[in-house]
Amino acid sequence: MADAPIIPDEAEVRARWGAFQWNDDSKAKRDAILSRYPAGREQSASIPLLDLAQRQVGAETQTQGWLPVPVIEFVAREIGVPYMRVYEVATFYTMFNLAPVGRFHVQVCGTTPCMLRGSDDVLAACKNKGLIKGKTTPDGLFTLTEVECMGNCSSAPMVQINDDNYEDLDYDRTIAILETLANGGAPKPGTQEPGRHTVEPKGGPTSLTAMVTENHDYRDEWNVAAQGADA
Amino acid sequence: MPKVKVDGVEIEVPQGATVLQACELAGKEIPRFCYHERLSIAGNCRMCLVEVKPGPPKPQASCALPAAENQEIFTNTPMVKHAREGIMEFLLINHPLDCPICDQGGECDLQDQSIAYGRGHSRFDENKRAVTEKYMGPIVKTVMTRCIQCTRCIRFAEEVAGVEEIGAIYRGENMQITSYLEEAVSSELSGNVVDLCPVGALTSKPYAFEARPWELRKTLTIDVMDAVGTNIRLDSRGRQVLRAVPRVNDDVNEEWASDKTRHAVDGLVRKRLDRPYVRRDGKLHAVTWDEAFAAIAAVEHGGSVAAVAGDLVDCETMFAAKALLKGLGSSLLEGRQTGMDYDTSSLAAVNFNTTIAGTEEADAILLVGTNLRWEAPLVNTRIRKAIKKGAKVFAIGPETELTYKVEWLGADLSVLGNLPERVTEAFGKAAKPMVIVGGAALKGAHGAALGLVETLGLVKDGWNGFNVVHMAASRMGGLMLGYAQPAGISALYDAKLTFFLGADECDHARFTGFKVYVGHHGDRGAHHADVILPGASYAEKSGTFVNLEGRVQRGERAVFPPGDAREDWTIFRALSERLGQTLPFDTIDELRAAMALDCPELATLGLKTFAWSAPALGTVAEGVLEGYPIKDFYLTNAICRASPTMQRCSAELVHGESFAEAAE
Ligand code: SF4
Ligand code: FES
Ligand code: FES
Repeated sequence: MADAPIIPDEAEVRARWGAFQWNDDSKAKRDAILSRYPAGREQSASIPLLDLAQRQVGAETQTQGWLPVPVIEFVAREIGVPYMRVYEVATFYTMFNLAPVGRFHVQVCGTTPCMLRGSDDVLAACKNKGLIKGKTTPDGLFTLTEVECMGNCSSAPMVQINDDNYEDLDYDRTIAILETLANGGAPKPGTQEPGRHTVEPKGGPTSLTAMVTENHDYRDEWNVAAQGADA
Repeated sequence: MPKVKVDGVEIEVPQGATVLQACELAGKEIPRFCYHERLSIAGNCRMCLVEVKPGPPKPQASCALPAAENQEIFTNTPMVKHAREGIMEFLLINHPLDCPICDQGGECDLQDQSIAYGRGHSRFDENKRAVTEKYMGPIVKTVMTRCIQCTRCIRFAEEVAGVEEIGAIYRGENMQITSYLEEAVSSELSGNVVDLCPVGALTSKPYAFEARPWELRKTLTIDVMDAVGTNIRLDSRGRQVLRAVPRVNDDVNEEWASDKTRHAVDGLVRKRLDRPYVRRDGKLHAVTWDEAFAAIAAVEHGGSVAAVAGDLVDCETMFAAKALLKGLGSSLLEGRQTGMDYDTSSLAAVNFNTTIAGTEEADAILLVGTNLRWEAPLVNTRIRKAIKKGAKVFAIGPETELTYKVEWLGADLSVLGNLPERVTEAFGKAAKPMVIVGGAALKGAHGAALGLVETLGLVKDGWNGFNVVHMAASRMGGLMLGYAQPAGISALYDAKLTFFLGADECDHARFTGFKVYVGHHGDRGAHHADVILPGASYAEKSGTFVNLEGRVQRGERAVFPPGDAREDWTIFRALSERLGQTLPFDTIDELRAAMALDCPELATLGLKTFAWSAPALGTVAEGVLEGYPIKDFYLTNAICRASPTMQRCSAELVHGESFAEAAE
């Protein structure tokens, strides 16, 4: 199929990643992950371990990380399940990269709400910064992917870059974020709309207003209301 | 037992039955793609939708819904009809309309069901998706665009074959079925996915574009590639057998067949002996039957005559040879070509007493010197089933991959004398303990294994847990007909005249007398022969075979032998006349009547049980097992060795040669 990534399993990949092992940091995390599942159910750890492995590959290659086939096999051996079963998982979830990506994996949402709110401009900004869909920039910094709804529609349009979401974008804000990243900076994640806090409506919140400044516990009030209704 | 109503007819169904099974019991046909009796339930094709009351007002997948008391099931309402049409239309959205060039054509579930349940047209006029072909090995050809993602092949590989190498990668519209990294599937049962695949996504590579199903003549017969006695159907056109497919027999092969059973048939038209030969001045010369017989008649044997039965011969052939030898004053018969000399005084002691189907019930199993995966793949699948029900398996022998978890006890047979505590403990708790002795251990440990009958309590009321696995289709029949010498085959070496009945595995050079080879392939036996009499292969004669559990089965003739070749028993009949010892039968029925007198067990078909009695043998087991008798699963007999498909399987799957680029 045209869109499905070609999974590299060449000799070079095997040579580079065949000896993959957890580093100390990952080892501790691996133990913590495995301890969450009862004995005999290690297969349940497929997804967290694949993620852990992808992050370690990312750290080793200064990128967001990806899953070379030998690393997938390593994870399968870790939990004692056939390669095929872990391979299926790795190919199913789009968060697992099956081919190398750049340091920043720019995932622009192009689904209807974001499209209506201007994701075309976001993509145009990416394009003008030299990002091409499905490709990594020559300097190895950015990989651009168009994705489906990321669940941020109320602050659309948005982009996910590695572990952070950047919302309420337009052309200029996207350029600014990409430039900050390229210069080694760390843009503020979340909404880029000045004055906007989370995904509250324009003009300030209309409900849960007590939540704006502090984490207000509404439960007592609700109980009162409920008792009132009962009576 | 819940009572349900299917289309107004009340029936009682077994506890745990699904709605689909209830409908079948009521005689209603439910279309399906993903559901298969012998695999787990997936419920992903939705073709089996029915209406069920009480329940939500929408069609329900009957294969995954348990039948419950007082359920009302409807299979012929407008809702069901509409639902089926809808599913059919969905399935056909991405299915190519390439039936004219598809090998499944004529035996395709999708074709049949779209005619029966589809609307006849589609409203989809976008582009269809296309999927690249996947390499799955020498047996399975793939056209993945046709796949409807029923996942039967995945479930078969995981559940029955025990090699989790087939899977579904990507998701949604991009989902594709493939073997891991498109490597050859390393199962000797891989051909079964071809039968399971309801569409033409997985088809048979060796049989690709050979024939259409309606051109084939179908003959029911018995497979001879191993001692399981797989029930098969040979499909032939003209003089050639084009394919072998399994028949359903729950007692023997369920509905599976090994790749060897299926695909050795292309060896039937290669390297055939189609005329008699006589050796003159060290060279074989083609002659007439008369000249060949004359050469045999000229041998001065003085009653020193022997017969060696090959692995593939039927009881009729062995009986005819036996009768001829008797006339010539000899009873030097042997079938264990590799020199085995285990005690045969009690057939129960060399039989698979638990029976193949009974294996499923065992709860503790000890394998002694057997690589079951190669020696009897379809017994191996039963052990997998037993394990699913909770059986524990121990094994003695060199470690090998059996497709399930085994606790290895080392390769030293002496461990039989003092089994580790965990073994005795497991067997102590077992209600149905089972020991399976393979060819590798019969030499050194037959007695010791028989000793376990006492110590582990293998034989009890209604249960016999002592088993021997044979590998030759002719073995049990041969033993019943007396093809065994106390000293084994070495007792025959000095016979003045020896008949080799398709015997290719023995050490022919050790035979000092005149060698007559009666068989169908120009293999090892023929190379050493002084006279070659061309016979018929299992596909070319009606023959009786006894499988490893003592089940007498009979197969029919699918095609005629090539050239001057004849059915083997007729050869002995003709030769006997020439030797002045005319055999007293002129037809196969007369032969069978005579055989029944000689060996009453062979008179009727079906499972024979041999009364349990164990010969007194020394119970000391010694020796370290170096390996198993079968070195190459795909090349165990003359037919396989002549088969290009089996040669290819051997090269690729056993010897690791790479053919991956051959993927079309
Ligand atoms: S290849 Fe055949 S058996 Fe396997 S999922 Fe596809 S349609 Fe089903
Ligand atoms: S549509 Fe873009 S986040 Fe939901
Ligand atoms: S047969 Fe029931 S969903 Fe496929």
